[in-house]
Amino acid sequence: MNRFWSILFAIVPLAAFVVLSMVCLKLVPLSTMGLPQPINAPGQSIDFLFRLVHGLCAGVLFFTSITIVWSLWQSRSAAGGTRRAAYIKSNLLLELAWTAIPGALLLWLAFYQMEVWSDTRLNQPTQIIGQETVAVPPLVLVKARQYGWEFHYAGADQQIKTADDVYIENLLVVPANRDVVLELESRDVIHSFFVPELRLKQDIVPGMSHRVWFNANPADQLEILCTELCGEGHYRMRARMRVVAPATFDSWLDAEARKNQPAEFQ
Amino acid sequence: MIAGRTTHHTPHTTHRKPKTENRKPHTDNRTLTPSPLNPFSTHHRVIGLWYLFSCLIWLGIGGLLALAIRWQLAWPWSNMPILGSWLFADSGGTITPEFYTVLFTMHASVMIFFVLIPILTGGFGNLLIPPMIGAKSLAFPQLTRIAFWLMWLAFGAMVLSFLTPARGAASGWTAYPPLSVFGGNFGTGDASGNRVAQAWWLVGILLTSVSSLLVAINHVTTILQMRALGMTMFRLPATVWAMLVTSIMQLLALPILILASVMQWTDISLGTGFFIPAEAAHSVAGGQVLLWQHLFWFYGHPAVYIMILPAMGMVSDILACFARKPLFGYHSMVWSNIAIASLGFIVWGHHMFVSGMNFTIAMSFMISTMLIALPSGVKVFNWIGTLWGGRLQLTTPMLLGVGFVSMFIIGGLSGVVMSVPPVDVVLHDTHYVVAHIHYVLFGSSVLGMFGAIYFWFPLMFGRLMSERLGKLHFLTTFIFLNGTFLPMHLLSRMPRRYADPYADSLAEFLPLNQWITWCAMGMAASQLIFLANFLWSLRFGILSQSNPWQSNGLEWSGVDSNAANDDNEPLEVFRWPYEYSSPDRESDFFPQWEKESDQPERNESPNGD
Ligand code: HEM
Ligand SMILES: [Cu+2]
Ligand SMILES: [Cu+2]
Repeated sequence: MNRFWSILFAIVPLAAFVVLSMVCLKLVPLSTMGLPQPINAPGQSIDFLFRLVHGLCAGVLFFTSITIVWSLWQSRSAAGGTRRAAYIKSNLLLELAWTAIPGALLLWLAFYQMEVWSDTRLNQPTQIIGQETVAVPPLVLVKARQYGWEFHYAGADQQIKTADDVYIENLLVVPANRDVVLELESRDVIHSFFVPELRLKQDIVPGMSHRVWFNANPADQLEILCTELCGEGHYRMRARMRVVAPATFDSWLDAEARKNQPAEFQ
Repeated sequence: MIAGRTTHHTPHTTHRKPKTENRKPHTDNRTLTPSPLNPFSTHHRVIGLWYLFSCLIWLGIGGLLALAIRWQLAWPWSNMPILGSWLFADSGGTITPEFYTVLFTMHASVMIFFVLIPILTGGFGNLLIPPMIGAKSLAFPQLTRIAFWLMWLAFGAMVLSFLTPARGAASGWTAYPPLSVFGGNFGTGDASGNRVAQAWWLVGILLTSVSSLLVAINHVTTILQMRALGMTMFRLPATVWAMLVTSIMQLLALPILILASVMQWTDISLGTGFFIPAEAAHSVAGGQVLLWQHLFWFYGHPAVYIMILPAMGMVSDILACFARKPLFGYHSMVWSNIAIASLGFIVWGHHMFVSGMNFTIAMSFMISTMLIALPSGVKVFNWIGTLWGGRLQLTTPMLLGVGFVSMFIIGGLSGVVMSVPPVDVVLHDTHYVVAHIHYVLFGSSVLGMFGAIYFWFPLMFGRLMSERLGKLHFLTTFIFLNGTFLPMHLLSRMPRRYADPYADSLAEFLPLNQWITWCAMGMAASQLIFLANFLWSLRFGILSQSNPWQSNGLEWSGVDSNAANDDNEPLEVFRWPYEYSSPDRESDFFPQWEKESDQPERNESPNGD
């Protein structure tokens, strides 16, 4: 029976190992483990981290599972025989090794991933106007509400929360290959702004104002998903999103502005 | 096979046979002096059994709720068989989006607050701590029973929550305001009475917290004060160490949950505004939405370890016993408990990487989270060290123990993946998190709990559970559990808590979800094997000798520490509980209560199998 159980305990890690290897080696269909391909540079660096840490996991999984399965397997003959179990209480060197090595790896990982974090979360993109470097102003004020998304575009004055904002519902169109900054606010409860292709997620807390930014390649048919429980209609709280060429974007916004009444932004 | 051998019934003699006069003749040497059926008993063992039975009932309820969730995710808006027409009569047998929200809220609440925490601490803690440390009872017998009855009161509050028109609380087990405080749909007011349901839910949570607090006080005091002669701290079995550390964590964490749930309750019922920002409509105060998340996770993260440490302890004891080897790295096992408990209080921010919490402080939570993976890893390595070179007896509890380790590896690793903040940004609030929590909570804690039931069943009832059914139960549970939760890792694009995700970009995930639901149903059905085995063995299981697994633990000494046997000599402990296969001895175990000088009688088959 030991053989049977050893094999049983080998199957799951083996399956997981195959999946993880496919992720690390970017093999279709599991190259991104169910996620769509990223369409921006930070998305790619996040995916690199994703593969890296899953690769580390694959290694740990491999060694731990092999030893477990082997322990079970080797004891198959012990059942009938007279061999006794080894009398080992501990092994200082071994214990130091399996604390220090994973510790060092994790510490390295901790510092290694910080750059991606600060790129995506801390360093808001800047632009140079005249002599000055200033933060890119938000292009759109995103207002989340039960159960839909409102997009208030900065109008001709290039500022959100002014009278000439252009209001669109449940469709976000943004220019490609430009730094786009969004300001996120909620009208009622907590929501969360998730675009899988951008590897971007941000909760939207009532009473707070959040900024997110990205610089994406053109893409059609993206979807914004709400990822914080916001009530019964949470699952319906989705909007379409498109990343289009800047020229297309400008003319689209102009057209929308013309047919739009001045939006109420508050 | 153990079960076969014990039919000859040759109790392993201890050096100190309890006096037999006070014993009822038919009960071997394990007298159930206090009536085991008296729920108002103050006896740790009786109440422990009541905890066990109650939690198993609640486990059944939580499981049915899970099946309803899975039904909706596989066949959205279609009539649910059997339960549907009864539960969802108003909507013609289908689950409404409102009720779907209730379902996952209540599933998690029941499983966490009514199954895992109470069964591990109140159930196994009450049952095992006194006999394992050689105490006659717990330190505060009154608290033992009050704590238990608070659990049923708490369950009553949950039922009241269910009886409101809203049919139960609906803001997730995490109960984030303002949703939880406003209730339901903001614009239309609280038409469906969600606020009332949520208020009752909070009362329930409050009561379970008070109950756990009493259990924790009781256990800490008992373990520190009532150990038998010779039972030093470093002779305590891993189970007791885990219970001690768990209780201390509870003592530190629960007050925060109690406080926070009172605050949320007053926000709902008395119109305070702790968690309601000034900007919100109807707001009277300038509260902080994120304050709740900080308070909740300050409790919530320690809580997840409260739900696994006792299981880790019990599995350590089971593995050592059936590997016939000393628990590898006993001291590092103890210290890793303490490390986990301490670090556990400074990692809560990893639940809030995208919450709007300051992005720089996320880095310190990231580091502490990676650090907590270390003691968890040390435990895994020690378990493997225990198995390595052992003379493994693959009994049902042992299989469940190995299953625990193997599942914990997967769950722990996905935890490490999510501790990398840029990666967690993608995975947060998707089904990847659901996969993680079920590997640790079902794959580990629940398997460990089952293992403990199989292992200590003879101690509780004087009989062994059927090995045949037990192994079948393990096999099917193990297969279906992985069939259910492994594929969930591939759903990292699919948000959690969606009643019907299958529009547009998520449409492709329907078949995988149907597969998952089939496996979940198989997993639920497998538990019927356990139920049958449990009930059958209670009455017809093979009578067990006093130490059926030839374990070293003091709880198997056969000396009854029940109150009725006050005239027993006090137990004395001579060594740690892991003296298995010592080269100095003929027999491959050396129980804690046996004196060195005693030449152990040669058993017919000292080595099992
Ligand atoms: C190796 C150690 C572990 C690490 C590094 C870890 C890490 C994490 C992280 C980062 C999250 C947040 C995921 C997110 O929401 O984005 C999380 C969630 C969670 N973890 Fe762990 N975890 C570990 C072990 C455990 C254990 C042992 C348990 C329980 C026994 C557990 C139970 C949970 C639960 C219940 C959640 C989800 C809470 C919720 O959002 O509902 N984790 N874990
Ligand atoms: Cu939502
Ligand atoms: Cu946590």
